[in-house]
Amino acid sequence: MANPMTTAPAIEMKGVWFSYDKSPILENVTFTLKQGDFLGMIGPNGGGKTTLLMLLLGILKPDRGTIRVLGEAPHQARRRVGYVPQNTDFNNTFPISVMDVALMGRLAGSRMGKRFSPRDRPMAEEALRKVGMWDRRNAPIGKLSGGQRQRVLIARALVTEPEILFLDEPTAKVDPEFESNIYDFLKELNRQATILTITHDVGVISRYVKSVACVNRTLIYHEEAEITHEMIDMAYACPVDLVAHGIPHRVLSHHGKE
Amino acid sequence: MWEVLQYDFMRNALLAGLLVSISCGIIGSLVVVNRIVFISGGIAHAAFGGVGLGFFCGFSPFLGAAIFASGVSLIMGAVSLKSKHRADTIIGVLWAIGMAIGIILIDLTPGYHVDLMSYLFGSILAVPTADLWLMLPLDGVILLVVILFYKEFVALSYDEQFAFVVGIPVKTLYMVMLGMTALSIVMIIRVVGLILVIALLTIPPFIAEKYTRSLGQMMVLASVLGACFTISGLWLSYAFDLTSGATIILVAGVGFFFFQVMDFIKSKGKSSGANRQ
Repeated sequence: MANPMTTAPAIEMKGVWFSYDKSPILENVTFTLKQGDFLGMIGPNGGGKTTLLMLLLGILKPDRGTIRVLGEAPHQARRRVGYVPQNTDFNNTFPISVMDVALMGRLAGSRMGKRFSPRDRPMAEEALRKVGMWDRRNAPIGKLSGGQRQRVLIARALVTEPEILFLDEPTAKVDPEFESNIYDFLKELNRQATILTITHDVGVISRYVKSVACVNRTLIYHEEAEITHEMIDMAYACPVDLVAHGIPHRVLSHHGKE
Repeated sequence: MWEVLQYDFMRNALLAGLLVSISCGIIGSLVVVNRIVFISGGIAHAAFGGVGLGFFCGFSPFLGAAIFASGVSLIMGAVSLKSKHRADTIIGVLWAIGMAIGIILIDLTPGYHVDLMSYLFGSILAVPTADLWLMLPLDGVILLVVILFYKEFVALSYDEQFAFVVGIPVKTLYMVMLGMTALSIVMIIRVVGLILVIALLTIPPFIAEKYTRSLGQMMVLASVLGACFTISGLWLSYAFDLTSGATIILVAGVGFFFFQVMDFIKSKGKSSGANRQ
């Protein structure tokens, strides 16, 4: 296919700066992610991971620098991306069923002012079955546990049929058994779509992702599923955690500074 | 009680109450789930500036209120989208300035003693037939817009960020919602006055939210509840010769506490049942 849209990098950031008020959150972020990649994004809390995601989604605008998602400006690419938020405890009294939340994902493919098409419901059903929430399809979303709600939000993102899927700590609340489930089908989805996930779980990095980026004011990208010494040097607070969690050694690279 | 319907003013009052309940149920639901109650209060009070302008320039005070409410809703919408952290302060300032402008303009209107009470507390018993013909199409427009863009309004109300990501023009939709809110508020001012607008706008949807499973059901139930409150309040005010707007709100207030207590008893029954097991 000669279409530049499909051959463009999944993400291209050049000299991106962002600040809330006057305090800088991100400084001079530059990196390129090729399509088909599975990126695990790590970094300390408050290091700017979620902000970076908001910039890629077009919800926030950078102070300086350029961002391209699938070759387009973020707000133009938004119908082609999927998104799973970190916080699942919003609007829990809102009257909406699990099925209707999943259907929201189909808005990406539908026209304003039109009803959902007959194809939309089977797609929502398939996604809800994948995350094991089809049996609860008629339940009000607020009655679910945090972990169940997170599964529904993952289903909603899958229903958008994204070319690139952003996840902000998608398994922070789900039980460990289901967590590996989620990553198994993310791996499957990765055959068609680029995936970027924020995670604190180094186990995920060692088993599923293809490349790693560490975000703390700026971004270091490593094209393999390894946490480099450079990332740790960047005031990354987690080396202690790494040891404490007893992660496999191969997660840490043996070669020194590049 | 039916003999009161032989009076034109009573028939008009009933129809006005029903028409207002419909827009109240629909717009009130959006106001509650989108947490724009404070903005709505601001719009209602700032609209008083328009009432004063109407008197001063010699045109309909309700036309003035509609102009002011729409203008203020656009400013408040822009402010709440731009500077989220200080939006409530700016809304509060506009709220007060609008009212002050109204009072000053009425002061400056020569030789005219305005019955302020009817704007502050409503005058449902004095709704002319011409006003009903303004309310009807307004209800129609609100219904049409909400039916047409129902799934978009659901997405915006439940999860604004996700709505943006799937390509919905959330800012435009938000401004449309505020515009419709402003026009409904002017309608509600006719019935219960600008001080009591918030109660009629929020109490029915607040009760309805707990007993419904979708935004659409919530809107319908809120409209029905609003109609019950308005009609029974109207009848009580007639029977006991009370201010109609305040009576309607008190009836709604009694409904509010009734359902809160019911809820409390229900949840208590549930938890004590669980303890026994």
